[in-house]
This record gives sequence, structure tokens and C-alpha cells, in this order.
Amino acid sequence: MESEKRSIGREALAELISQWRSAGKRVLAPKRSGDKVDFAWVASLEEISLDHVQTVQSPKAALFPRVEELFSFRSADGRVEVRERDLGALPETVVFGLRPCDAAAFTALKAIFNWDSPDSLFSARLARTTLVAVACSSADEYCFCTSVGGGPGAIAGSDILLTDLGDGDFLAEIVSEKGRLMLQGAEALFRPGAGREKERCLARVEKAFDLEKVDPGLARRFDDDAFWAGQSLRCLGCGACAYVCPTCACFDIQDEGGITGKRLRCWDSCGFGLFTLHTSGHNPRPLQSQRWRQRLMHKFSYMPERQGVLGCVGCGRCSRACPVDMNILEHIRAIAEARP
Amino acid sequence: MNARDVFKPFLMRIEQVTEEAPDVRTLRLVFQNEDEGRGFIFRTGQFGEYSVFGEGECTFCIASSPTRQGYIECTFRKAGRVTSALAALETNEIVGFRGPYGNVFPIDQWQGKNLLFIAGGIALPPMRSVIWNVLDLRDRYRDVTIVYGARTVADLVYKRELQEWAGRDDVKLVTTVDPGGETPDWQGEIGFVPAVLDKLAPASHDTVAVVCGPPVMIKFTFPVLARLGFAPGDIYTTLENRMKCGVGKCGRCNTGKYFVCKDGPVFTFAQLQEMPQEY
Repeated sequence: MESEKRSIGREALAELISQWRSAGKRVLAPKRSGDKVDFAWVASLEEISLDHVQTVQSPKAALFPRVEELFSFRSADGRVEVRERDLGALPETVVFGLRPCDAAAFTALKAIFNWDSPDSLFSARLARTTLVAVACSSADEYCFCTSVGGGPGAIAGSDILLTDLGDGDFLAEIVSEKGRLMLQGAEALFRPGAGREKERCLARVEKAFDLEKVDPGLARRFDDDAFWAGQSLRCLGCGACAYVCPTCACFDIQDEGGITGKRLRCWDSCGFGLFTLHTSGHNPRPLQSQRWRQRLMHKFSYMPERQGVLGCVGCGRCSRACPVDMNILEHIRAIAEARP
Repeated sequence: MNARDVFKPFLMRIEQVTEEAPDVRTLRLVFQNEDEGRGFIFRTGQFGEYSVFGEGECTFCIASSPTRQGYIECTFRKAGRVTSALAALETNEIVGFRGPYGNVFPIDQWQGKNLLFIAGGIALPPMRSVIWNVLDLRDRYRDVTIVYGARTVADLVYKRELQEWAGRDDVKLVTTVDPGGETPDWQGEIGFVPAVLDKLAPASHDTVAVVCGPPVMIKFTFPVLARLGFAPGDIYTTLENRMKCGVGKCGRCNTGKYFVCKDGPVFTFAQLQEMPQEY
């Protein structure tokens, strides 16, 4: 993938963000609050955290809100009126400061929401959203992007990728047409970027497993109930992993309200026992071990086969968020290294 | 105007309500907007998402045959929040419907064959669609045999249609109820569906079997069919995994690499043997 390279100073970057705001765009970016950093609506570069490893939540809510209205209705006097969302009213959004792994995750989300029939709300948000990622200058023991095809400076999925060059300048790689269009009129803020090297400014993330071995390893282990019971023994089924995951997109549909109400789409998780429970009481996946297996199978086997994209970008959020310290990296490594 | 939003339901008017069994009802639904109705095409085996506004959506097969045009029917047992709300509705009230979704019974491939339908309890509705579909095209198929069982006589659904099938000389109908579920004047079999099927011992030659029922019935029926010589590829069933979206996105019905809502609900036993037992 070829990208156009420019460089931009910190003050000019602050100006660029304020220009986006003046043009009516909302800016969603990492913001520090106490000891955690999470995505929030920001007004200026000042508010944005750039030195953290990873936010607690992923930025997926920009396209797939935690709870979202599909349509509203009014049901009275034997008549029902359905009012669709005004997709044209969805705001222009810049997601700024997401990591390259998060940008890659949007590729997986697109594959899920639009693989068969297009999802109009998701697509409308996508069309109005620009991803300006910031490369990783630091990583922690939970990061494994390089094991799943990504990297701390990978450009895939981003519209623009910024790398802090450490001398007050950022290298700006303009990856997509959408990224190029967004910078139109702001050329004066940039200088040529040719010859500026980003590699020395990137975090080092060692490869932790051989991805080629994961799918065959899963297939070999599938019926090994004791193995899955061992892997998931600690799992509480709390679903935190799915909520912080940038690619987890399973959802529920619920109605709220009575005569006038809304049909809502809400985040859900295959880790919950209720996820597959039939009204009759029958449950196709009654055990937490089966649900843990489903999580890994879906991301590393089913999604690559059906949607042509891996369901994991190695951001490590699930491992950081897990209240019982289940580290997906260790689990996947055990599967990849299992003897045939 | 863009394509219709996949989550926007059609508005349907309840034209008729039929009490089938305790807590089991059939709703006949017609499109409120006639243009939408004219453009609506489905095939047997497909399902939809039915909704009561303010309560939510529920997944059922379309229980009527595509040969009966101008309406669709669904049959459901009052069990949870949405089905309880559906059961409280009366004629002329409005419900939502999204669909048709999923694959179909390949009835064109079944032409010239004998058909054996085996159903248990509330699982007759998906089969009722395909039964009426083939009966409406009766000369394309050879022998049609229906084995249907329920817990008690009262729990048998479509009683009027069972009588009609029993009275036809081109249909062989065997009904059964679980031991203890019979009434003094019960004329049918007494016993579980797999045992009744074993006793009936239908020939497997040139025959397609369709099996719909609760998981336990399916589990014990497949071995009987295997003993009778049915090949796994000639046994069809519908999976009833819990669903929300119906269009392969919400993840709920994912079983192995399959989405029951997209790749099913109709599967052959040969396919089930290659899938994880998560249905």
C-alpha cells in the first residue's frame, strides 16, 4: 500500500483539529481521566492523550454505538407508524488518535456489517467518519498486533496515519482518498514528509505466535472438551472482553417504550449464557467452555472463512480488561503450539 | 430512495386468529400496504422476524405455503415476552414482519420421490408449509407419508388439517401421542415419535425424509432413519437457533462456520454431522 507522506508540527496539528471543529466535524479522541484513557468528544489537541499505550474501550462505538435506535414507532388506535432514522442527520466525525490495530479493526467491522445485506446505519456512519490514527511509540505485554498481521506503524485501515517523530513533528501518511479529501484546503499546515523515517519512533512488538498454526490448532482441539474446560476454568462469563473488543459486533435487538417507543440495537456477547438460550430452556452452548471456544473459533476460524478477515487485531484490550486475568495471547499461543 | 432498511418491518394486519392447542395460535397476516404485498415472494422453509411494537421481535418460520397467495401465517406457542404479547392480539391489529429470510426446502429436487414427513409438537408449523406446498403440486411427488406426534391429544396442532390429511387417499397420516397423553376416544398411536417410526418402518428407497421436532426427538429419530436405510443427505431438518437479526450480522445463530439464518434454517443430516453440536 502506497501512502503520500507529509509532515506537520504540533501547533499546526492543533490548528488542523480546530479547523475540523469549525467545519462542524465532531472529534472523538483518547482523553485521560484519572488513571485511565478513553475515547471522548474533544475540542482541541490539548485534551488529547498521545502518550498512553491503549484506551480501555475501543473506538468501535463511533460506527456501532453501544445502544442505538434502529427506528422509532407510535402504535395507537389500531394503527402503527414507523419512523426511520434520518441518516442524513448523522454528524461528520473524525476519530483521532486511534491505534493502527483499531483502524484495522474497522476493516473487520465493515466485513461483519456489510458482508451480505448492507447495514444502512453502520454504512451511513462509516461514510461520515474519517480515521486519523496515531502510530504506537510504546506497547505493553498484552500487545500482539504483529502476530495477527498488523504492526505499531501499520497503515491498513486508517485514512491518515500520524507518527510522532519525537522532534516536535508528526509524519502524516495519507492512506486513503477520504484522508486526502479531508486535508484539502489545509495544505499550508504541512511540510513535505519525504525522507522522514518513522521506524525508529515505533514501539517494538515481538511476534508471539505463528498465525498459520492457529486455525489448524483450533480444528485439532475442537472436540477436546478437557482442553477448553482448562482454558476457560477462570472465565466468569462477564462479557468484558467482548465489550472492549474493537471487532466484537454481536448484538441484541430490544424494544423500549410502549405506545411510543424505539427499537434498539445493543451490544451483546457470545460469552453470555443467555446469548443462545432458547425460550424452551434448551441451550446450544450451555457451558462457559463452549462459549469461550466459540469466541476464539469465531475470531480465528469462522470469520476468516466466511468474511475473509481475521476477527482479532492484537490490541490486547480483552486481556487488560479481564477481571480474572485471562490473557488471550497465552491461550492462542497454547493452541498454535499444540502438538498434532 | 435507497434500498429498504433491513431492520424496518413490513406492517401486517392480522386477518384471522386460530386457536390450535393450549397456548398455541396461528395468525394469518396480510400486508397493510398492498404494493408491498404484491412484491413479496417467499419459498417454503423460509422464516421471518415477527414483532409486537413495544415488546420486540420473535423468530418463526412462515407456516403457510407459498402456493397459498395473498397472506402468510405463523404458528407459535405463548412462552416468552413477545409471544405473550402476540397471543394477546386480535383480528385487525397490526404486527411487524421482516423477511423472508434463510434458505428453502429443495422441493424441486424432490420431484418424483416419496416424501416422509416426521414432526413433533410445535415443530409441525415449518413442515406444514412444505406439506401444503407439495400437496398443492401433488402430481410431482409419489407417496406422501406424515408421522406427527405430540405430548397429548390436546397438544396436536392443526387439528382440522390433520383431519383433512387423514381423509385424503393420497396422503398416509400417522398421529401419535406420548404414553399417558391419550384420551379415551383416541384412535391414533400411543408412543414416542421415534418408536412409532420404527414400527411403521417406511421404505427408504427413493425417499426423502424431513424431520422437525424438539432436539430430543431429532436425536432419537436420526438413528431410526439410518437403520431404515436413509442416507444422511436425504434427511432434512430445520434448525431453530435463537436469532435476532435474521440477516447474518448479530452472531447469535452462528454454529461452526454456518449462520443458521443465512445457510439454513434447512440443513441435511449430512451437514449436521459436519457441524459442531451447537444447535
